[in-house]
Formats: sequence, structure tokens, C-alpha cells
Amino acid sequence: MGWYEQKKDRAPVPPEKAIWAVCPKCKSHFGKKAWKDAGGICPKCNYHSRISARERIAITADEGTFEEICAGVGYSDHLKFHDASGAYKDKVEAAKAKTGEGESVTVGRCKIGGHAAMLGVMDFAFMGGSLGTGTGERIARACEEAVAKRLPLVIFSASGGARMHEGILSLMQMAKTSAAIAALKKAGLPFISVLTDPTTGGVSASYAMLGDINISEPRALVGFAGRRVIESTIRQKLPDDFQSAEYTEKHGFIDRIVERGEMKAFIARMLDFWGF
Amino acid sequence: MKVASKRKTSGAKADAAGKKTPTAWEKVALARDAKRPHVRDFIAAMCDGFEELHGDRLAADDPAMVAGFGRIGQHRVLVIGHNKGANVEENVASNFGMANPDGYRKAMRLAKLAERFGCQVVTFVDTPGAYPGREAEERGQAEAIAKSLEFFAGLETPVTVVITGEGGSGGALAIAVGDNVLMMENAVYSVISPEGCAGILWRDGSKAPEAAEALKITAHDLEKLGAIDGIIPEPAGGAQKNPAAACRAVKKAVLASLDALAKTPREELVKRRYAKLRAYGNFF
Ligand SMILES: [Zn+2]
Repeated sequence: MGWYEQKKDRAPVPPEKAIWAVCPKCKSHFGKKAWKDAGGICPKCNYHSRISARERIAITADEGTFEEICAGVGYSDHLKFHDASGAYKDKVEAAKAKTGEGESVTVGRCKIGGHAAMLGVMDFAFMGGSLGTGTGERIARACEEAVAKRLPLVIFSASGGARMHEGILSLMQMAKTSAAIAALKKAGLPFISVLTDPTTGGVSASYAMLGDINISEPRALVGFAGRRVIESTIRQKLPDDFQSAEYTEKHGFIDRIVERGEMKAFIARMLDFWGF
Repeated sequence: MKVASKRKTSGAKADAAGKKTPTAWEKVALARDAKRPHVRDFIAAMCDGFEELHGDRLAADDPAMVAGFGRIGQHRVLVIGHNKGANVEENVASNFGMANPDGYRKAMRLAKLAERFGCQVVTFVDTPGAYPGREAEERGQAEAIAKSLEFFAGLETPVTVVITGEGGSGGALAIAVGDNVLMMENAVYSVISPEGCAGILWRDGSKAPEAAEALKITAHDLEKLGAIDGIIPEPAGGAQKNPAAACRAVKKAVLASLDALAKTPREELVKRRYAKLRAYGNFF
């Protein structure tokens, strides 16, 4: 009894003061410093943890080359959406403040290993990387800008799917972005899609799965429906590695799994080989 | 483009001899009513000489997706539709209209034939969503839907879409990219089911009626948002009260659409469709 009450009385450790980092995949504990030194890549299971859009741009674009486009394109609250925990407007404004981004994807021109490219990077910390009208508009503009400037397109996805708070028009972004990707391919330009942890729902079921090549990072979650929804539908337990990048590669929907440290060089080699 | 027989404003208001407009949640119930006409009823009522065709030529034939060629009026068309089935036995056999990747791949395969032989495409959308199953994931549910969106965006033959019941998210959208998107008056079309949305955002599935309202999923709301092109009126009380009359109304609207789209120059078609898709939710 005593120890229990003692434990209950103790104030929770704030995350930034915590000594331990826990791998979200394999649940192994590491010293915070060890986890940080490993670059957010689990030393035990090689899970590549989520990083911000700016961190991704920093390790992908050649230094100082990223020029963001359509930074002014953002969310729309055309439904004046409210749910049990409040207004969409407040949540999305909080996401903007937290991430410093205007939407769940950041797009711009850059060079990757010397190759000029259009780059889009999603940030899961921005409302779960959800696909809203602003996200779809940014992706579509990236495609169109790529066509206008004859640039290959590279998108790093990280998303739970379409953004419910913007209703049907979020769903329509799946069609809009897929049409824009189709136009880019028709113009003879390549699209390299990188599916990072996690890429599911309406994003995997639109542009993310439409890469001329689809790449993933080790142990990323890649799929359409959620594991729990599937398990409750089929009344079966799914294998542990279900919807992992490795599982998806084995079933033929991922071209290659590339380590984070190798990603930029791999993309540059493909662009070089294709003559871009 | 707007070629549907467009009776302005709410049908429920129109038959408002004292009756009030159904709420979004009441429309969900109407849209799911088992007595509503389903794809095979529409085909029987609208098509002459329908020839059903099977299989995706890759792995399977999906009974949740019906496809085949037939004539509607003087038009040669490919009909594609989710197949919910009319009774429990059929429901089970057709997986309640929840397609697997094979269903979307069958739709694409046959739509490509329609394009080659100058047939228009008509789709009937009525699904709770794409099937959330183990094999569905393993055979690439996400890729199949994505491919379908990309494919229909570029298809060089006219596509008329009719949302007849439940337009459930990506599984519905995969066969709902077209030149003229019509919706029956009591159908619903949503990014997520009201129950699913309530479970996530309200953390309480029983709040589905509130979620249905907030998501704006009725035909009239979607028309206002520019997500659909026209509304097909239903018989008083809903299509389930008079399926034959409902089928006649759908046939009339589809015929008008086929007539109008037949006149669209082929080279204009894909350009116009792109412009239409591109305009969804462009607030900038
Ligand atoms: Zn780990």
C-alpha cells in the first residue's frame, strides 16, 4: 500500500527531463543521449522514428538550396468544424504554432546531390500529417511547378490519412493530387515517393502509392486501413510485422527500403540515372 | 458541368407538406436502407442487353464490384458499381459492397476497354468503404485505390458518377472520379463514416449523429461545397418507398448526362476533368 501511494503522489516526470527514451516500435529503453546520438534510429530494431519537415529537408536538400513555394497556402475551415474537444480552427492554429509550418506538407525547389528537384515533405506533428485542402493544394502546385520547370518530384509522406475536419473536400484532395501526379508523369517527369512512418489511409491511397518508385524507411508503418479496424473486422490477430515497410516490400508495393543515412544518395543516383 | 435534372433545394423541403427535412443522421439511415435500389436494380431498370464481365486478370474476381457492358438509351456504356446485395445471403456473398483491390482493378481493366471502343462509363457508388481485410492490404488496397484515382483522372472517355446510397470514403471515391458527379437526394458521401469520426474525434461512437451533422455529408451540403454536380430527386419518403420510380429518376438524369457528355470533344474531356478536380477546395 505504502509504495503505491508514494508512487501516486510523485509528480509525473516531464518528458524533456526524462532520462529514458523508449523506442515506439520495440519498446526498448535507451538513455536519452544514446537515442539522440543514434539520430532517432533505434539501435536495437532499426526503427526510423518520425522527424520534422525541416529536419527532413536539412538531410535531403543540398545545403542552402531549398526555396519554399506557396507557403501562404494553408488550411480552410469551410465547415466551421467543432467536435467534443473544440474547434478545428483552434487545433490547426495550435499545430501551426507547434510545428512552425503552415500545413502538413512543405514544398519547394531544391537540389538533391546536385540534381534540381521539387521536394515535398510531410510533417506528422502537424495534425497527424493529415491531408486537408491546403495540403492537397500544395501537392498539386508542387506537381504543376515541377512540370513548368521540368523538375523531378520527390515527396516524403507521413500521414494518418485524410483530414476529417475539412470533410468531403479532404477526400477530394486524394483525387486532385492523384490527377496532378498523373499530369506530371504524362509530362515525362519522374515521381519518387518516400513512405515514412506512418503512411496510411487517404495519403497512402493517393499520391504516396503513385511513385514511379516507392521507397520506404526501415520498419515504417505503411498501409490503408488501421490494424485495429482490420482485426475487429476479420476477428483475427494480425502478425506483428503486418503493414511494416518490410511486409509491404515483400508483397510488392515498395521498391526498396532505404536507411535514412543512405536516402539522399539513393535518390540522387536514381535521378542521375534517369537523366535529371 | 451540371446536366442533372436539378430540382433546386431540398427534396424533403419540396415535399414539405408539413414534413421536415431529414437530419444528416436520418439521411444516413435512408442511404443504408436495405430496400433501396442497388446496382443490379439500376442495371435491370436502365440497361438493355447488359453483359456482365468478371475478373481483374491479376488475382481474382471481386463480387463486391459489378461491371459489364450494356446500352442506356442509344448509348453504349460500361456500367461499374459497388454491389451490396439485396438480402443477407447476397450481402455476405458480395462482402456488403466493400471492395477488395481486385474490384478496383477490374473496374480499371474494363474502363480501359470502354475507352478503346468508344463507350461511355457510368458508375454507381454505394459502399461503406474499401474492405479492411488482411488480404486486401497484402494485395495493395492503398495502391489499388490510388491507381484508380490516377487512372480515372486520365481516362479518355466520359464518366458519369451516381452516388446512390453510401459514399464511403476512399472506397467510394475510387470509382467516383468523373465528368459529372450526381447524387441521389438521400445518399450520403463522406471522408469517414459518422461512427468512425465520432469514435476518433468524440471518443464515443454514439455521437455519430453529431459527427454526421458536422461532416456535411448530405447531397444538399455537398452541392453547396461544390463536391458534386447535381442532385437526383427521390420519391416522397425516399427511394426505398418506390424503387421503380427512383430508378426512373436516375435513368433520366444519367441519360441527360450521357447525351451532354457525348458532345464533349475527346481532347477537351481530360482537360476539363483535370480543371474540375483541381478546383476542389482551392481557397487560394
Ligand atoms: Zn526499436
